[in-house]
Amino acid sequence: MTDIQINITNKTYPTATQPSIANLQLSLNSNEFICLVGPSGCGKTTLLNIIAGLDNAYDGEILVGQQHTHPKIGYVFQNPRLLPWRTVRENIELALDDNQSPEVIDALLEVMQLTQAQHVYPERLSLGMSRRVAIIRAFAVDPEVLLMDEPFVSLDAPTARQVRELLVKLWQQRPHTVLFVTHDLREAIALADRLIFLSASPMQAVSDIIVPIARSERGNELAIESFRQQLLQNHPEIKQLL
Amino acid sequence: MYLNSNTLPTPEAVAKVFWLGCVSGQLPFHLGVTLLRLVAGFSVAMLLGCAIGIVLGRNKKLDAFFDNWLVIFLNIPALVTIILCYVWFGLVESAAILAVVINKLPNVIVTIREGTRALDQDLLDMARCYHFGKRKTLVHVIWPQLHPFVMGATRSGLALIWKIILVVELLGRSNGMGYQLHLFFQLFDVASILAYTVAFVAVIQLIELLILKPLDKKALRWRR
Repeated sequence: MTDIQINITNKTYPTATQPSIANLQLSLNSNEFICLVGPSGCGKTTLLNIIAGLDNAYDGEILVGQQHTHPKIGYVFQNPRLLPWRTVRENIELALDDNQSPEVIDALLEVMQLTQAQHVYPERLSLGMSRRVAIIRAFAVDPEVLLMDEPFVSLDAPTARQVRELLVKLWQQRPHTVLFVTHDLREAIALADRLIFLSASPMQAVSDIIVPIARSERGNELAIESFRQQLLQNHPEIKQLL
Repeated sequence: MYLNSNTLPTPEAVAKVFWLGCVSGQLPFHLGVTLLRLVAGFSVAMLLGCAIGIVLGRNKKLDAFFDNWLVIFLNIPALVTIILCYVWFGLVESAAILAVVINKLPNVIVTIREGTRALDQDLLDMARCYHFGKRKTLVHVIWPQLHPFVMGATRSGLALIWKIILVVELLGRSNGMGYQLHLFFQLFDVASILAYTVAFVAVIQLIELLILKPLDKKALRWRR
């Protein structure tokens, strides 16, 4: 896996007076789980869309290794964006490349506890289940970067926790570079190797912090909470971003 | 005064005429000829209309350019296009089909264009992210969303095309239901007119039951 360098000098929407993103530099180490934390509306979705190649109206460059190219991505959107007229399995299969074997789907379904539901249409799934399908689809394509745009935002706390744990389990089995957007600091600490805090209008990286908590300790609410307190004390600049 | 008269024949009389028409082969022949024209005109209009509708729905510039033309063609009376086609291309089969297509086409285009405009951009973005490509996107993302619009165009289209084909046949063909109805009108043979109408309605019902309903059921099986 190659490292990825993101360099956005300017992104301004045609109707806006000031840029949404200015001089943003991010470097992603391979197989690193990075959480982008910032206030709502600061342009996190815009950033992910640029990396995904959905939005090409910006100044800057994206480097995969030494090459100017868009990385191969898996994208978990805020809404799962499953095709309602295709079953769970078909939705995942459609995302695969032609030369990819569908066997990978079976393994992923099993980890995410969805083997039973694979032939069901998405309308019959609960919110938590459809999020899990979207996560499987993103892992199935074996991406260079996995983009996740607040995927748990509309879930209740226990369901969010369950899906989060399944996500981490899957990621530990199949390590990938992850860019996970959230505005929930506890969620970010529970998930990330590295936290990047973003400011709004224009979006800039304010702090870049390694989370020192061991993976085995991530389920421990106390450890999460004490690190959060410590963070807010040592980095007063991030308070206004939450 | 009208009972048991030629103006309002009894069901038995109509049934008798229907039966005789079937036995002599006249009714199935003319119905079949009309059906062939229907299939030809309908297929060409739907294929062209879907293609043009999708293109106009996705391309604002082309849409702005053709928008007025579309409204004009939507509102040209069927009779005018039929007469013009016959005058320009002669009393031939292709002129008849062309007249049908020209009458139906704007309808399909408008319906499919509205459907294309209503496509879910989120799903299209998802398809782009996962590199679906043109064919996969059309088959799995766009077409299922257009299905209700295509079925709408099909149903309203069949109804419209029937009516137009009869006029086309009445004006310039020497077979088909329209030609026959014209003949019966001149002979004041109401029983035959009603018998042909019954056959007509039966065929439409069969198309709905055997083709359209199963298509709907298959396409919408994902709905709760």
